[in-house]
Order: sequence, then C-alpha cells, then structure tokens
Amino acid sequence: MARAVVLGSLISVGLAGALCALAVQAAGGSFVVPGSQAATLDSCVEETDFMRRNHMEVIKHQRDATVHSGIRSTKHSLSGCVECHASVGPDGAVVPVDAKGQFCHACHAFTAIGMNCFDCHATVPRHPDLERSDPAQAPLGSTLLETGAVASERGEGN
Amino acid sequence: MSKPKETINRGRRAFMGVAAGVTGVAVAPGVLLHTVVGAAPRSEPVTSAVRWGLLIDTARCADGCTACVTACNEENGLDLQVKPAGLSDEKWAQQRAVWIRKAKLQDNQTGRVTNLPLMCQHCERPPCVDVCPTGASFKRADGIVMVDRHTCIGCRYCMMACPYKARSFIHEKVDTQLTRAPRGKGCVESCNLCVHRRDQGEASTACVDACAREGSNAIVFGDLKDPNSQISQKLVSIASRQIREDLALNTGVRYANI
Repeated sequence: MARAVVLGSLISVGLAGALCALAVQAAGGSFVVPGSQAATLDSCVEETDFMRRNHMEVIKHQRDATVHSGIRSTKHSLSGCVECHASVGPDGAVVPVDAKGQFCHACHAFTAIGMNCFDCHATVPRHPDLERSDPAQAPLGSTLLETGAVASERGEGN
Repeated sequence: MSKPKETINRGRRAFMGVAAGVTGVAVAPGVLLHTVVGAAPRSEPVTSAVRWGLLIDTARCADGCTACVTACNEENGLDLQVKPAGLSDEKWAQQRAVWIRKAKLQDNQTGRVTNLPLMCQHCERPPCVDVCPTGASFKRADGIVMVDRHTCIGCRYCMMACPYKARSFIHEKVDTQLTRAPRGKGCVESCNLCVHRRDQGEASTACVDACAREGSNAIVFGDLKDPNSQISQKLVSIASRQIREDLALNTGVRYANI
C-alpha cells in the first residue's frame, strides 16, 4: 500500500526514471527521496556502495580543492549533493536535505552521527540571481529545482 | 596616513586601526542583479600568475552612495543575516558581518572630505595570516586573502591583527545561506573578491558592477600582474596609494585621490 502511494506520487510529479528508483528501493533499500533529482538517476556520482561508505571523504577532499585551489568543476561538491538530493514538497517548496526524513537526515539519524556541513552550507539550492534570470543559462551543476518558494523565503517576493 | 618614511621592523609591528574617523555604514535595501556569464567553472588550481586587485578612485566615490555595500551584501548573502532576539539595534549594527564599509575621511588641516569603500585589502603579506593559529586564514595563490571556515576556530586573532578592521565574526547561528556563500556561527569572514565569481571565470566583482551601474565607475577590478589589464594600465597612468602603506603590506586594493 505504501509503495503504491509512493508510486502514485512519483508519477503525479512526472519524474522520469521513477520506476527505476522504486526498483532499487524494493531490491536493496534506498534513502533517496522521491521527488529529488537523485531519484531519477541510476546511481550517484560514484557507485552507490562507494558513496555510502566514502561520501564524507569525497566531499572533504573536494572542500580543500575548492577553498584553496578554486576548483569547482568536479562532480564531488557538496552543493552538488544538495542540488540533486533536495526534494520538492507537496507545496512546491524545496525541502532541506537535513530536514527530518530527508536524504541526509534519514541515514545520519539512524547511525547517530551528527552533521556540521549545514551549520554553514545551504540546505536547499539557493541562487537568488539565477532565480530571476533564465534557469536554462545556469552554470553547470546548478540546475534549479524550484524558484518561487526560495525567493519568498528570503522575503523578496519579486 | 602622511607619516614620514620609517624603516619597517616586521618583528614589532603595531597593528593600528585606520587612522581616520570612520563613519558607520548605512545599508540601503534594494535588489540588484548581475548577469551570469556562461563561463566554465575552474578545473585547474589557481596560480600566482595572476594577482587580483582593486583600484578605487575616491574622487568618483559619491558621498552617501552605498551601492557597492548593498551589492556586496546581496552577492554574499550578508543581507540574510537576522538580528538575534533581544539584541539592541545599536549592538547589532556593531555585530553584524560587513564586508565593505563606506568610510568618510576628513583632513583636519584643510577640511577636505574623502569618501571611500573600505574592505579587505588583500595584502601580499597579510597580518591576519601571520597570526592565525590554525592556518584557516590564508592567501590564495592568486592573491585573495580568505578564511577556510572548515579550519577556523573563531579565535578572532585575525580581526585584531587586521589594520583595516576588515573582518567580521559570525556570533549567532545562521539559518539561511546562499549556495555560493556558506556562513555559520563561530567563524571569521571578510571580502574574498567574490571568489565564486573568480572560479566561474567571471570578469568583475559585485561592488564593481554596482558602482558602474550607478555611473560612478569608481572601482576597477583586475589582474595586477598583467601589464595590459585595465587596472594595471590605470595604475601606471594615475597616482594611487595604499592605505597604511607605512606598514609595507603591499595591499592588493589601491586608492587614487587620497
């Protein structure tokens, strides 16, 4: 029954590859949240098993390369994680990745490991200038999931 | 700022604040846009082949104009800061993070008033880097002085060491950040010459764009090491100075007409 509800909601938002995500859920268990970009993809930026064990090492290495050397072209950025794993709620607003039951929170709560990433980093994709211009011209890796809710959250309201 | 030449004793340098009256900053609300150039994100490490810098013509900097400050606030998410409950407006004005301050200087002898934006001066030999106990305060190969907040412990030595009062400390938990500008409680931050724009290969900074939109064109951004860049050409043709040049920090931000 629960799966039927999940399946129904996936189809209703018209996401390609939803069936594939469901198959993964049924086969091995997945914490990828329906309604996120990640749910439409076969795997993360690396193999799923690798990411489960090593995602923290990957983003830790990337952060040094980005902060000190300015490298922002690789697929291992934390903002990339957020872009892809943030889901869109029923009200059309992007749901923070560290909100209860969301991608980051789900596993980290289960394993009782705190996260400090989001003390500083945005938990939803938030690019105010891109939101007001043509999203098709957004730079690589910064595809917008949703615009209005983020803008109104900032009190801009356009 | 017009002290006689002294020999610099690097061992016992006195870190002084800017020696003129610095006025508070009035931050005006407003929405500014900048166009995103379709440039590729950087894939190679930055090198010392370039050194980014600013040249600010104070004669063109209008009294009362805060366009650069507003643009900086929006570009770097500083306008998303929220005053903690129970904190007075006065304290908040002192406490909130500010990357550019609009300063008004008056020559006590002649009464001549100069307006200028004051931000991190991106020193070649930055005192903030010297004093940082963890290595969080660092100078990037391309001359940008910044804080690695992953390593910053919030001791604020750098804030005391900076002769320009350019750095801010985030005192409270931050709930809303921009993707390009992470910000959190317990870390120091300051102007990073719009480092996200540098890494995307864009041509200017938010303050430069805003100043140009106002028609003042008081700020020029560019590569100090490229003799053909606009900033280098201008530095050759007009007289410019560093603020507190007596400290011999070789700042990346230069001022004309002061």
